[in-house]
Amino acid sequence: MYWEAEKERMAREALEQLQLERLQSTLYRVGTHVPFYRRKFEELQLDYDNFRDLRDLRKLPFTTKQDLRDNYPYGLFAVPLRDVVRVHSSSGTTGVATVVGYTRNDIKNWSNLVARVLTAAGVTADDVIQIAFGYGLFTGGFGLHYGAERIGASVIPISSGNTKRQIQIMQDFKTTALVCTPSYALIIADTLMEMGINPSGLSLRVGLFGAEPWSEAMRREINEKLSIVATDNYGLSEVMGPGVAGECRECNGLHINEDHFLVEVIDPVTLEPVEPGETGELVITTLTKEAFPMIRYRTRDLTRLLPEPCPCGRTLTRMERITGRSDDMLIIKGVNVFPLQIEKVLFEIDGIEPHYQIVVDRENHSDKVTVLVEVQEAIFFDVMKKQRQFIEHIKTRLASELGISVDVKLVEEKTLERTEGKSKRVVDNRKL
Amino acid sequence: MLKVRNLNSGYGKLRVLKNISLHVDGGEIVAMIGANGAGKTTLLHTIIGLVRSTEGVIEFNGRNCRRMAAQDIVASGCVLVPEGRQVFAPLSVEENLILGGYVLQKKEGRPAMARELDRQYDLFPVLRERRSQLAGTLSGGEQQMLAMARALMSRPRLVMMDEPSTGLAPLIVRNIFQVIVRLREEGNTVLLIEQNAKAALAIADRGYVLETGKIILQGPAEDLLANRDVQRAYLGREKIE
Repeated sequence: MYWEAEKERMAREALEQLQLERLQSTLYRVGTHVPFYRRKFEELQLDYDNFRDLRDLRKLPFTTKQDLRDNYPYGLFAVPLRDVVRVHSSSGTTGVATVVGYTRNDIKNWSNLVARVLTAAGVTADDVIQIAFGYGLFTGGFGLHYGAERIGASVIPISSGNTKRQIQIMQDFKTTALVCTPSYALIIADTLMEMGINPSGLSLRVGLFGAEPWSEAMRREINEKLSIVATDNYGLSEVMGPGVAGECRECNGLHINEDHFLVEVIDPVTLEPVEPGETGELVITTLTKEAFPMIRYRTRDLTRLLPEPCPCGRTLTRMERITGRSDDMLIIKGVNVFPLQIEKVLFEIDGIEPHYQIVVDRENHSDKVTVLVEVQEAIFFDVMKKQRQFIEHIKTRLASELGISVDVKLVEEKTLERTEGKSKRVVDNRKL
Repeated sequence: MLKVRNLNSGYGKLRVLKNISLHVDGGEIVAMIGANGAGKTTLLHTIIGLVRSTEGVIEFNGRNCRRMAAQDIVASGCVLVPEGRQVFAPLSVEENLILGGYVLQKKEGRPAMARELDRQYDLFPVLRERRSQLAGTLSGGEQQMLAMARALMSRPRLVMMDEPSTGLAPLIVRNIFQVIVRLREEGNTVLLIEQNAKAALAIADRGYVLETGKIILQGPAEDLLANRDVQRAYLGREKIE
């Protein structure tokens, strides 16, 4: 089943012609409409008008998350705000947020590409699809929502959280397709078990999971516990949101929508392309985005391309599931968290030593973050009530910065493990 | 069917087309829109071999035809309906058509040409009525139909049309565009160059926007119609919502 067969099964040569045409006009638009890119092109003495070959992509400048932050909020938009019909923002933090915009055509393309991903996973107009991604500034909820409506599925925009209610609705509304993070799928599975509900009595048959890294072992567990076919899909708000790539029923790599996104895999240190098929950082150039085009956006996600043809008939190249990050970003319950954000908050609080450790665990399939903080003795041995207030204060500050709640534990000075004088900042105990 | 990559061309030292890439697939209507002087006609003339390109690739049915002579390009199945009709005024309608069928007659003989003539009369009944009338005495719309029919006489695989709506009354324009849609239904492929962006995009599958010799936008025709830049520059309006 294909959503746009003629695009998804395009001959390589025709695809490359289309990519070149689209890249040429994208370069023209960013070169004339986005001062940031105009400057970058000038610095590199790059004649973007004369771009001739897809292989010259590597001569173009990279765009990083920091560039997006530096141009907060609208600096990288390629159209006036009056042409923008939607704004999304990266996972809910202030100060370091990034903002992306969409024109009406962008929303249309987005819906279409998500429709491809849904169709590849086996979702049809006959499905009842429960979207348990957060709706709001996060692109996950709306992205899947519009795509599912596009193919004509019956959409339940339940959003995230309240697992028992999710299950109630799943039973009553006869949900056939589930969309959420893979870890939340397992929480639902466990809650079903606790409630004594047999998953095979549900109508559920397929799941589309994304927004955080997961593993084959988790897929098997989800498949067994929910008796469904679990598929992986990939996207990021900086280039669009979900719909960049998704698995077909072969469940062996994600087909990249290459007519809309040009991908490269680079060595994150040398920034040179890796050998074909090797693992590296995924870099994405948008080919059709009107409001927020991106040239060589460094996703920081690690993957490799699988050039072998897929039995499903799609000619779109597959990428392996995301295997990690090339920076220290943590994904906690689908929210992007950088250790630096935590550090920033801690350093603003009096009485805290500049040593901390972030411990991430997965308990009952739910991510749990504990921040161990070294404090001066005076605070540590003070009255219990005051200590509790102090902890609450740190927790509140962290929660408002990160957009998720974390646990805080105070420890004595010099108790955290140090490597070369610095404490080890992150301990991720999650086994994927 | 037609693939153009990084095409550069112009007149003397004047570089008119800058790094143009475009493609037309079989069975498509592709519209090229742009203002006066953007390079639209130069583009068609370069593809058909009337203007020499300085650089780039023009592939027609997998063959590089960038350096081919115009008559060989026509013989390979690519024709141009020129701007301003340019019918042979002192000849009759039928004589015009027979001239258009010259390539076909040479290749497949007189009966094939006669059959083709009949087909064109079916497609453009008004031309059958006026078959012995001098082309110069036809109305603008009829001349446009004659120019199209004359081009179709060679049974081309790709029909390129240069501003078929120029100087025609709105009603006639609609008529002409209906014929273009019919052509596609009969299996023809059309590259349509138009200043009348709205009418062209309304019947096209895809479109390109040419500005000062560069393609600045391309995409499905409906996306271009919905694009605010296109609306502002070529549709002469801001859509009020």
